[in-house]
Amino acid sequence: MTAVEEFFAMGGHAAFVWPALGLTAVTMVVMLVWSIWSARDKDRALEASRGRNAAGAEAER
Amino acid sequence: MHRFANPTRFLRFCQAVLPWAAVACVLTLGVGVIWFLFYVPADYQQGDTVRIMYVHVPAAWMALALYTCVAAGSVSALVWRHPLGEILAKAAAPIGCMFTALALVTGSLWGKPMWGTYWVWDARLTSVLVLFFLYLGYIALHHAFDNPDRGARAASILAIVGFINVPIIKFSVDWWNTLHQPASVVRMDGPTIHASMLWPLLIMGIGFGFYALVVLIYRVRAEIADRKLRRLEVARVDAAERSRGSVGTVTGS
Repeated sequence: MTAVEEFFAMGGHAAFVWPALGLTAVTMVVMLVWSIWSARDKDRALEASRGRNAAGAEAER
Repeated sequence: MHRFANPTRFLRFCQAVLPWAAVACVLTLGVGVIWFLFYVPADYQQGDTVRIMYVHVPAAWMALALYTCVAAGSVSALVWRHPLGEILAKAAAPIGCMFTALALVTGSLWGKPMWGTYWVWDARLTSVLVLFFLYLGYIALHHAFDNPDRGARAASILAIVGFINVPIIKFSVDWWNTLHQPASVVRMDGPTIHASMLWPLLIMGIGFGFYALVVLIYRVRAEIADRKLRRLEVARVDAAERSRGSVGTVTGS
């Protein structure tokens, strides 16, 4: 076995090690991306809402 | 603490911290991952499955640390009515929930080759499963009421009552006869784990901590924006009702 093959084989436990590490990485990335998207989305909605409120106040005057 | 009672000022502080936390996260996780993947030797008993430890243990540490944040935030919200307490707690909960799930799943994947089973109802695994349900319950309660403040209060009470589970989890391996191994890092007599494994483990733990901080900052930002949005909606509805009322009296009389 080459060193690379040995690395991926993880001593015969590849079926457990790689899913564990992979799932951890994917889940953490998804959580990060979702949180960033959510913050930007809420900020945008807030700007839009402030715009609407300002327009409404203008219309009343 | 009182300096940060103003959410906008707290947000400015968060935005200042964010780039440093992000860089620290990338550096520590980068070093840690390369270290445990390529430079830590295989364990003489566990072989290469020991590499799972380098995500399983930091995830478990984060699960407990974040629940402590949720409980502490809930206490400050309920007892001192500090506006940030609830915001921090609500923002931290999903992150802690994720880490609890990861600890459980990676632990299972480690247990099958090492113990011969994916699951056992021993004190450590059972109490961490309870922690997972406490997180889910906390998040669910926030969304369970029409009035979000009532949901927040109910969730805060659950978080505080559930905190007893944290020392139970920590000492479960001492108080009960568990399949899960006893503590090898945070012990009265110091760590029993060899330095060649301890250092990458600590670096991964710190890396997970910076990661949690980065995600927490984004979630706090979203939560504060959400609350401002709700207040603006209320203000707009109020203004609309007032203008309708004045039109009504002019035409009615």
